[in-house]
Amino acid sequence: MRGKKKPWLKVTAATLLMGLVLAPCHAVTPDEVLKDPVLESRARALSQQLRCVVCQNQSIDDSNAPLAHDLRVLLRERLAAGDSDQQATDFLVARYGNFVLLKPPLHWNTVPLWIGPFLILLIAGIGFRRYFGRSKHAATPEAPSPLSDNEEQRLEMLLGDGRSV
Amino acid sequence: MLPARSFIPLAAFLAVAALLAIGLQNDPHKIPSMLIDKPTPDFALTSLTGDDNGFSHHDLKGNVSLLNVFASWCPGCRVEHPMLMQLAARGDVPIYGLNWKDRQADSKRWLAKNQNPYARVGLDESGRVGIDLGVTGVPETFVIDRTGRIRYRYPGPITQEVWQEHFEPLLKDLRGLQ
Repeated sequence: MRGKKKPWLKVTAATLLMGLVLAPCHAVTPDEVLKDPVLESRARALSQQLRCVVCQNQSIDDSNAPLAHDLRVLLRERLAAGDSDQQATDFLVARYGNFVLLKPPLHWNTVPLWIGPFLILLIAGIGFRRYFGRSKHAATPEAPSPLSDNEEQRLEMLLGDGRSV
Repeated sequence: MLPARSFIPLAAFLAVAALLAIGLQNDPHKIPSMLIDKPTPDFALTSLTGDDNGFSHHDLKGNVSLLNVFASWCPGCRVEHPMLMQLAARGDVPIYGLNWKDRQADSKRWLAKNQNPYARVGLDESGRVGIDLGVTGVPETFVIDRTGRIRYRYPGPITQEVWQEHFEPLLKDLRGLQ
């Protein structure tokens, strides 16, 4: 028993160590970084919102794909040339569509995406209410009908018997 | 006999399953092009041979043509190459090449080895023209009409089936508009 004490400590330590290893795993290479720290932080923030079109579930900030590298450099060039964040984003949207935005805008064809989860939640809620509402109803049956004279007599007899024994 | 109401969960499940089954048919790598029915973006590139006036968006006007994005490092391009050679031999439609994110020497060698189906090849070493075209990978092929407008984009290698299903009818249409 002594050797097995606190296994969670090892697990926690291992998890923390793994976190340390994974944390600095950015795809941005030093040669891409802009000299101006303000522009660079804008570029970082923007590129975390832009989807890599090759690997798709990563932002261009995270992705090692060559095209993601090109897009990061392009984004930084545009910011350095005086583009606003919106202009730089629009530049990419004009080429790759809303698909490059990790957070899609509310648009007629993205409405299902935005309200879908709430709609499903609503349907599920109604389903739950109906289901549990019904079972609660079943648990409280109608008041029993009063005993008939016959039953009263039998009850009297049984109870009377009980007392006499 | 069960009441009709008890089939609601089953019906709901089947509906969701059908929706997901349809979703699985979609290839997430085929994101729709933003450039359909828009003019080809302006570009001016050095041509592969370097001995003419280069390759620009002006070359894509006047004729219904194909613009094929390729690279020597791309396995899919090797797959579709015989098909492009066949189309070039038929001579129905001029094929222009955009050599994307590649080195001139490599692409020259590649085309020398596999033969050259292109009327003209532009070198897009930086990949910027590809980005202007919304290219996500190679190979990718655009159909361009007489006015230089992009009418269709196909991502991935062109096979016989793809050609017959997507390209042939469209080219027939575009030619009919003379």
